[in-house]
Amino acid sequence: MSDLHTVNKSPLDKNALDSCLRLAAAGSAILLIEDGVYAAVKGTAVEGRIREAMGAHKVYALGPDLKARGMKDDRVIDGITLIDYAGFVDLVVSTDKVQAWL
Amino acid sequence: MSEIKNFLYLNRRAPYGTIYAWESLEVVLIGAAFDQKVSLLFADEGVYQLVKGQDTAGIQMKNFSATYRTLGDYGVRHMYVDRKSLEERGLTEADLVEVAWEDMESDDAVDNIVEVIDSAQAAEVLAGADVVFSF
Repeated sequence: MSDLHTVNKSPLDKNALDSCLRLAAAGSAILLIEDGVYAAVKGTAVEGRIREAMGAHKVYALGPDLKARGMKDDRVIDGITLIDYAGFVDLVVSTDKVQAWL
Repeated sequence: MSEIKNFLYLNRRAPYGTIYAWESLEVVLIGAAFDQKVSLLFADEGVYQLVKGQDTAGIQMKNFSATYRTLGDYGVRHMYVDRKSLEERGLTEADLVEVAWEDMESDDAVDNIVEVIDSAQAAEVLAGADVVFSF
């Protein structure tokens, strides 16, 4: 078992994602929610950081938050797993604890 | 009181994560009633406000993105978008909504008032405004 880290801020606005990636233990899961989902989109200035993080973490993004922001599934970086709210709950119960990067 | 001023609304926040984008839109619509020259500038996270195809059904929030397309009807003449902010986010002009403008009295019309501009042009837009509202 390991932890789930949630990031809800855009990586181009706040350093929540950077701090998460720096301090989250290898093997822990990272879930992008709310404005954090912009980090899952291809072609941004932070795409390289996410791809690098995927070597040490399983990365998820909340589908409804991407859809709300006009980001279609085909814009999401390959290897990021899209989940819905039920999947969010499954992640929470399958990990030791949840740490939110606000 | 009758003096016409250049009002500029500077939008630097993404939609939905915070209330800034929606509040800005509300103020633009209110301000439009006062016959001023109104322009909007979208920079940084604000460029996300104009992304096409937003569907908020899954997050149970009001989808206000369709309102941007009506701004031309409210007398908004320019919707500037900062090119650098777009590029940093992997977006292009083709990802953005189009907003038509038409003057009912003179029949003047513009197909799309959304205009992507570079930093020097954005600086001119900011400097040329009489009043800047920041969101």
